[in-house]
Amino acid sequence: MNTLVTCKELTKAYGKKTALNRVSLEIESGHIIGLLGPNGSGKTTLIKLLNGLLTPTSGEIYVKKLPVGIESKKIISYLPDQTYLNMNNTVKEVIDYFSAFYADFEVERAYGMLDSLHISPKDRLKTMSKGTKEKVQLILVMSRRAELYVLDEPIAGVDPATRDYILQTILTNYDPGASILISTHLISDIENILDQVIFIKDGEICLQASVDDIRMQHQKSIDALFREVFKC
Amino acid sequence: MEGTQNNKHPADKWNLTSDRPVFIQIMEKLKLDIVTGNYLPGDKLPSVRDLAGEAAVNPNTMQRAFSELEREGLVYTQRTNGRFITEDLNLIDQLKQQMALDAISGFLKSMRQLGFSGEDTLRLLKEALKEETA
Repeated sequence: MNTLVTCKELTKAYGKKTALNRVSLEIESGHIIGLLGPNGSGKTTLIKLLNGLLTPTSGEIYVKKLPVGIESKKIISYLPDQTYLNMNNTVKEVIDYFSAFYADFEVERAYGMLDSLHISPKDRLKTMSKGTKEKVQLILVMSRRAELYVLDEPIAGVDPATRDYILQTILTNYDPGASILISTHLISDIENILDQVIFIKDGEICLQASVDDIRMQHQKSIDALFREVFKC
Repeated sequence: MEGTQNNKHPADKWNLTSDRPVFIQIMEKLKLDIVTGNYLPGDKLPSVRDLAGEAAVNPNTMQRAFSELEREGLVYTQRTNGRFITEDLNLIDQLKQQMALDAISGFLKSMRQLGFSGEDTLRLLKEALKEETA
């Protein structure tokens, strides 16, 4: 078990508004971690800092002891909350891009998953429904042999049956040594696949703990605890 | 209605809820499988990863359940070969007795909550048994 991500006093402000306030945390390998918080709590800001899409206002962030950059992008597979793919491309073209961009991309795995979800590689992205586009993006992200997968709202737009398939895909497609950070507010759907959770509130981490410890201590589900902590 | 059973998601048969530690629920399910003969003494268990996939839980959680079962002696690891159900029939019998006692004490507790005395409970139980066998 080694440390994949270290944040020290990480702060991000957009003008006068502080989105993340002195966040310190560590993410270790071999876990599936839920990043949970209400809208506007700083989840996506933290994820974007982790992927080098934003620069911190102050504080430090390291991926395997190295600053965020080319090396960290090689080992992090990131599913953003918005699509960045060219909608005129076919699925096959996108797969070709990914396998050219990422040394750890496994083409056969991508085609295998497309097949089981009945998505044709010849289809153009713009002809697909919102949910199908999301599936394609998740397949691309999970087809890499990454050390850390960062999934920003991976199940928000898909139906419950597909949700089950996606969770299966996540569970069966990562190495035991890798970690997965999942941000979501659909907690009850995914809480059984998590083994740790990070609660984030107003830009601050208010809890990082093992899921079963929480259930033991509070005698309630993560979903119920979330509703209690973040009661409006 | 035929076929609906098969369409069920495989995770459903694990019946996991989210308000109790999942590894404990998995242990309970596997123990039930052992005493009811779903797993026979000496049977090989599926891998952590496969079973975690089937139950839709984190592999670490499944691992923890296996480790606890191993600590209780119900499961043993053969290096490189995998995990097996114990062949100690005494232990399995003890487990069965314990599970029966737990079920009974749960039942008695519910009856007390409903306001039945021990005698009333026994009378009702006898009647129910008679009806079941009739």
